[in-house]
Amino acid sequence: MNDDFDETSDPELTEDEEALLAEMPVLTGVGQTRRTFLGQTIAGSLGLFAFDLLALEEAFAALSPSPGAVAAAGPAAENFMEVVLKINGATKTLKIDSRVVLLDALRERLGLTGSKKGCDQGQCGACTVLVDGRRVLSCLTLAASVEGREVTTIEGLAQGDELHPMQAAFIKYDGFQCGYCTSGQICSAVGLLEEARRGDVSHVTEDVAVTTTRLTDDEIRERMSGNICRCGAYPGIVAAVQEVHSGRETKHTWRFVDEEQLARVRKEEADEAV
Amino acid sequence: MRPFKYVRASDPDAAARGVAANPQAKFLAGGTNILDLMKEDVERPNELMDLTRLKLAEIKPARGGVSIGALATNTETANHPLIRQNYPLLTQAIVAGASAQLRNMATNGGNLLQRTRCQYFYDTAMPCNKREPGTGCGAREGLNRIHAIFGWSEKCVATYPGDMANALYALDAVVRVSGASGRERTIPISDFHRLPGDTPEKDTNLQHGELIVAIELPRSNFAKNSYYLKVRDRASYAFALVAVAAALELDGGTIRQSRVVLGSVAHKPWRSQEAEAALAGKSASEESFRRAAEAALEDAKPLAHNAYKVELGKRAIVRALMRASKLA
Repeated sequence: MNDDFDETSDPELTEDEEALLAEMPVLTGVGQTRRTFLGQTIAGSLGLFAFDLLALEEAFAALSPSPGAVAAAGPAAENFMEVVLKINGATKTLKIDSRVVLLDALRERLGLTGSKKGCDQGQCGACTVLVDGRRVLSCLTLAASVEGREVTTIEGLAQGDELHPMQAAFIKYDGFQCGYCTSGQICSAVGLLEEARRGDVSHVTEDVAVTTTRLTDDEIRERMSGNICRCGAYPGIVAAVQEVHSGRETKHTWRFVDEEQLARVRKEEADEAV
Repeated sequence: MRPFKYVRASDPDAAARGVAANPQAKFLAGGTNILDLMKEDVERPNELMDLTRLKLAEIKPARGGVSIGALATNTETANHPLIRQNYPLLTQAIVAGASAQLRNMATNGGNLLQRTRCQYFYDTAMPCNKREPGTGCGAREGLNRIHAIFGWSEKCVATYPGDMANALYALDAVVRVSGASGRERTIPISDFHRLPGDTPEKDTNLQHGELIVAIELPRSNFAKNSYYLKVRDRASYAFALVAVAAALELDGGTIRQSRVVLGSVAHKPWRSQEAEAALAGKSASEESFRRAAEAALEDAKPLAHNAYKVELGKRAIVRALMRASKLA
């Protein structure tokens, strides 16, 4: 938000926007008037987005930001309920509006921002977490509905400093570029391993009556289709999942630069600069 | 999303009573469709009855067939040995839909109740008789590439988007529901969904507060020769443009009986009695399949942008029957 936004200089509002402004609820606890908020929103060409932001602000405005704390109910939020969540082995008690989905509880209340909000409507997979070991979408799961169930997020996969094999494989095979979909991809892939171990079938399984636990690359592609990667890191993702699943290494067509090569390049660059 | 009261159901009767008592209450199971629609302000319940702790997830042999709990997830159902061995068509249909994450969440009861993916239904700035009765149909004269070619009305041209139900129609499933009084009744799957007519806001023949408790499949002779074909804009994780659930009972090379159900072409799964009549007693061959496909699409009434579904439907039927009969 733009702190030095001049509140006295009214943004030019159309008749419709003035009417919208009049109907808007008062924002509480976000440190600005609704006029400023709308002005900034319009200034940022986000007019249509304003209602979504407002709903989000309303839901969280009155809440305590400290993880695990029980916050007092604010006037903007409704239907407050106390929910006991088990996240990565720890028990957390939250007082939340019934509308809060698991993804927002994780990110906004528990400081677990590894799970990402992509589409927020079940179409991209960035918010994938494990509930009782099964991969699900946290954006379409009410926090209240998973009370008492074991929730595992990307933050809960490593054992101390030791990465989960799937995390290590994603690094080894460069299974990401921008990284935004990566936590969802990895949680999804971890869920996939267990499904494969059980002998679950997929859309590309030739004969569903026959149980097999070995996955081809085509099977992995189909089973990971709920996770969209806009950078297109799919070949690395398939290689990473295949190695953890089967132990079968995919031959690298590239490799990371080693220290010696790096030193040589640095020296050459330094020489050129002289 | 609008505020709602969250209630966790303690038993099926209480759940049905609770929802029956409040016209604006809805059931919550997997949440994959209703939460999405609530975020879009299409669904506006003021109370959600969470069913997920109810013991309605069992899949077991029953009356020579199988009974599938309404709260079993799509994943549990598709992978259950009883289903994979005896109703592979159902397994294929389920795994053709959505993504692994969504199938892990989605329940069988909820899957039957998923709503259309018509863009005008989802967009609250647009008219839609299904969402807001009396406002008109945006798709009738609008962009209707994904819409119906059978059974539509001037009020609504939306399609039922699911895959699982297409297989259930082919398998003569029966839906067992429980009302607020605790009284159970059964609805043959073919009577479960409705055509839009003058009341497109009603997707099904369920009463408000009636709870799906199970889906029952009779013994089937189609396990050996069935196939689910889904045609969509991309190879995975997309709704069907046309789907076909095809099932054959063969006596040597002769077709004793068959099922041909088209998906994503109407407001409900579209079972083609015409195709089935054309197949009865004929030999399983590409030639008979083509005649059946012609019969199935003969009465199609495409809209401005979906005439392609007629030819696509015919070819999909032939392909599905070829696969079902193992001729391809």
